[in-house]
Amino acid sequence: MFDSLFGLFGGKSKSSHEIARDRLKVVLVHDRASISPEVMERMREEILQVISKYMDVDRKSMDIGLETQDDAVAVVANIPIRNYKHPGNRRN
Amino acid sequence: MSEVIVVTSGKGGVGKTTTTANIGMGLAARGKKVVLVDTDTGLRNLDLLLGLERRIVYTLVDVIQQRVGYRQALVRHKKYENLYLLATSQIADKTAITPSQMAELVKNMRDDFDYILIDCPAGIEQGFQTAVVGADWALVITMPEVAAVRDADKIIGKLLADEKKVKLVVNRIRPEIVARGDMLTMEDIDDTLGVERIGHIPDDATVIDAANIGVPVVENENSQAGKAYRNLVGRIMGESIPFMEFSGPSFFDRLKALFGR
Ligand SMILES: Nc1ncnc2c1ncn2[C@@H]1O[C@H](COP(=O)(O)OP(=O)(O)OP(=O)(O)O)[C@@H](O)[C@H]1O
Ligand SMILES: [Mg+2]
Repeated sequence: MFDSLFGLFGGKSKSSHEIARDRLKVVLVHDRASISPEVMERMREEILQVISKYMDVDRKSMDIGLETQDDAVAVVANIPIRNYKHPGNRRN
Repeated sequence: MSEVIVVTSGKGGVGKTTTTANIGMGLAARGKKVVLVDTDTGLRNLDLLLGLERRIVYTLVDVIQQRVGYRQALVRHKKYENLYLLATSQIADKTAITPSQMAELVKNMRDDFDYILIDCPAGIEQGFQTAVVGADWALVITMPEVAAVRDADKIIGKLLADEKKVKLVVNRIRPEIVARGDMLTMEDIDDTLGVERIGHIPDDATVIDAANIGVPVVENENSQAGKAYRNLVGRIMGESIPFMEFSGPSFFDRLKALFGR
């Protein structure tokens, strides 16, 4: 309600040009980053290899993908950990 | 030495055929020998925009299937005798011509013309591949809208991967909406696409009149769009021409913007 009032009086809400520009940016990052499922799978495997050198991770429930937050796009990986490896060396 | 340019866009209806017709006629008016090739098989329109629809006997498909030589299929413009059209079939579909057949044809036509302009169908399927394959560079047409710029970006990615040079034309700009701050600007588009822009064309009712009568707007001395197309033609010929400023919104437009919402 307040937002729409501010919009009406040209307050600090975004112009439709700014909205268009920001949406364009986000959609292009997505489009350009979109990679084939095979490549995504390879990336997933490599990330897992690196991380499992240090931690005992739950391979099956790992989740990786692109996510949009506000005006930015990020590669987001969710990798549940079961246990630290070498607890003697790496506890901090 | 001929130059082969494909006019393409990704998204449909943004002005590929209109631009092909105007550049073609503009180059012819400047004394160049030009052929326009319609590759939108099944949905041909270039003949209409040039006022040549009643003179087509043979088509691109007849040439590809070797029923006639390409010279026999060319239709010569009445006013500009150095302007030719190679229309396509309205009955066949896009699978009638393969990219390698098209490449071969374009190669053979090079000796006869200064410019070969290829009007590409919408989309990124076989029709696109066929249109693009023989070209030296691509003129990508877009509009100041998110969807059109997004599709242009996809097409540009494909063209650059194929090592084609790309230049951009932004069509259907509405100066009064840009002035109001409600439209993607040329800077936004340049920043996101990152390719050289060599034309911008206003949205203009004279373009529609021109399509109705079959005489491209580039011939209209009193039209803003006509002037923008003449400038584009000059730039394609290598001239450096400053970009025109469109007259901003009228007082009436501003009043409407103020009270109309
Ligand atoms: N600058 C302009 N001002 C006003 N109308 C325009 C302008 N450019 C194109 N148009 C109109 O937009 C419509 C689509 O144009 P056109 O047929 O050239 O697009 P296209 O990209 O070739 O479409 P398709 O993808 O279907 O082949 C036509 O009705 C045309 O008259
Ligand atoms: Mg068309």
